[in-house]
Amino acid sequence: MLLPPLISQTERHQIVGIRVFFAMDGVNREANNREKIDETEIDSKSSVEIRVLFFARARDLTGVADMPLEVPTGSTTQDCMEKIFSQFPSLKDIGGCIVLALNEEYVVDSAIVRNRDELAIIPPISGG
Amino acid sequence: MESIGGDATSIIRELETLRAAKADIERKISVLESNLKKTSIEGNGSCSQSLAENPTAINGLLSPAQIYRYSRHLLLPAMGVRGQSNLVKSSVLVIGTGGLGSPAALYLAACGIGRLGLVDHDIVELNNLHRQIIHTEGYIGQPKVKSAAAACRAINSTIEIVEHQEALQAANALDIMSKYDIVVDATDNAPSRYMISDCCTVLGKPLVSGAAIGFEGQLTVYHHKGGPCYRCLFPTPPPTTACQRCADSGVLGVVPGVIGCLQALEAIKIASGVGEPLSGRMLLLDALSSRIRIVKIRGRSLNCEACGDNPVFNRDLFQNFDYEEFTQSPIFTSTKPKLALLPGSARISCREYQERCSKGEAHVLVDVRPEHHFKICALPGAMNIPLSTLERRLPELCSSLKAGRNNTGSPKSLYVICRRGNDSQRAVQHLHNAGFSEAKDIVGGLESWALDVDPEFPTY
Repeated sequence: MLLPPLISQTERHQIVGIRVFFAMDGVNREANNREKIDETEIDSKSSVEIRVLFFARARDLTGVADMPLEVPTGSTTQDCMEKIFSQFPSLKDIGGCIVLALNEEYVVDSAIVRNRDELAIIPPISGG
Repeated sequence: MESIGGDATSIIRELETLRAAKADIERKISVLESNLKKTSIEGNGSCSQSLAENPTAINGLLSPAQIYRYSRHLLLPAMGVRGQSNLVKSSVLVIGTGGLGSPAALYLAACGIGRLGLVDHDIVELNNLHRQIIHTEGYIGQPKVKSAAAACRAINSTIEIVEHQEALQAANALDIMSKYDIVVDATDNAPSRYMISDCCTVLGKPLVSGAAIGFEGQLTVYHHKGGPCYRCLFPTPPPTTACQRCADSGVLGVVPGVIGCLQALEAIKIASGVGEPLSGRMLLLDALSSRIRIVKIRGRSLNCEACGDNPVFNRDLFQNFDYEEFTQSPIFTSTKPKLALLPGSARISCREYQERCSKGEAHVLVDVRPEHHFKICALPGAMNIPLSTLERRLPELCSSLKAGRNNTGSPKSLYVICRRGNDSQRAVQHLHNAGFSEAKDIVGGLESWALDVDPEFPTY
């Protein structure tokens, strides 16, 4: 015996339609972003703004828990770190002993940061 | 006033004596109770004997007493009889019975870990009690391991509790840690953290690592089912200046409490085989903003010296590895080297300083501790110039030295003090370089003042 379909044909079409719409929306958004990037490039202000989070000793040394950081589009986490080090030279002391996380995930130096990314600087704590 | 003060002191002294006696009696009672339980199980009626020795009569894994005690665990479908019996069969070593180890050990004892090992070489001090909740006032001056073991036995007399009243070092770590399934790092210093992680990789044990300072805590599980170890994350040790201790930086008591509880939770998950341990992830607790973040951390490093594909660490290397040298920081605060930056002529003892004061010597006393330390307690007349601000506040110091000089004619002396006598030496060196050649360091700081001159002076 054939079971009746869980959703009707029309509904299926609608869902497919929605998918198509979303996909197109994605393309449009990407295109829009590209336009925006192009615009900003013309203004020679092609940059992204990320949020930097400082933990433990990094928080003591900088005196802040978090801060915004503007870097040129296409910058890597390493570029970001260099900019942060130049702003807070005392951080360099612990530079060799930190965990970096981009959007709460482990990240390599060469990863490219995007607008509104969150870069966490996590030195180890040893107290207890 | 004097006599009231004297009465209070003798009352306090008597209270301490009584509390110590009470704690001792309580400990004896708990040992006797546990002995009685053992003898009654071994030599008593056939019913209890058969149940104790052959618990299979009930569900194949747990005795009736265990079923009742751990019933709320058994009611959890995910834990059940299997999970609880895994706990009962497992062994966990808690290294450090301080702020982290206190709740960790209590929960591990309560949950029925079959064998619980406790390592600590320290003794209980009054300033531990705001966070090291396993210890009570009656145990002040006694070994922490003894105190922690008594507290654990008081909660659960049916588990085996092993006291390792010694400092964990590379020389004894393999021997101690090899006797347990899971290791909980509840220590308070960088060299111990590297040593415990390395030892776990050599022995192939999972490590539940927690840390806390100030208002922040960190938690992760290392070397578990192919996950990273401490060295994978931090191949180079932090500089000495970055290794903060609670004794220097302070800690909100409940912060290590929260992390210690979570350490117990992770150890219980690993031991029972329930859930998903925090391996390859790190939990960051920010108590001030009430935020807990969990970040994915790197996987095992193929080049890791401890757990990589070609590890250099083996039993021999581990046992001979100098962790204090590697991290440039001491395992025990007592071995912290005292600075000796200055020649004897540039230093005076606390007693000598007191004598000069009582002779009415005109002087300026500079206290170079941070402002919030200065607010805790300070010597009368001291001028607070934190070391970090010394350079820009030299003009202020200059005018203080000049002020009122006309009365006596002779120049004022300049003394510098801090908490323990290290920063004051750095300050004096700086002052000498800046032309204040008369500056003298007060040896041993306020700690020595309290020890040698005024026992009533607060220590912290």
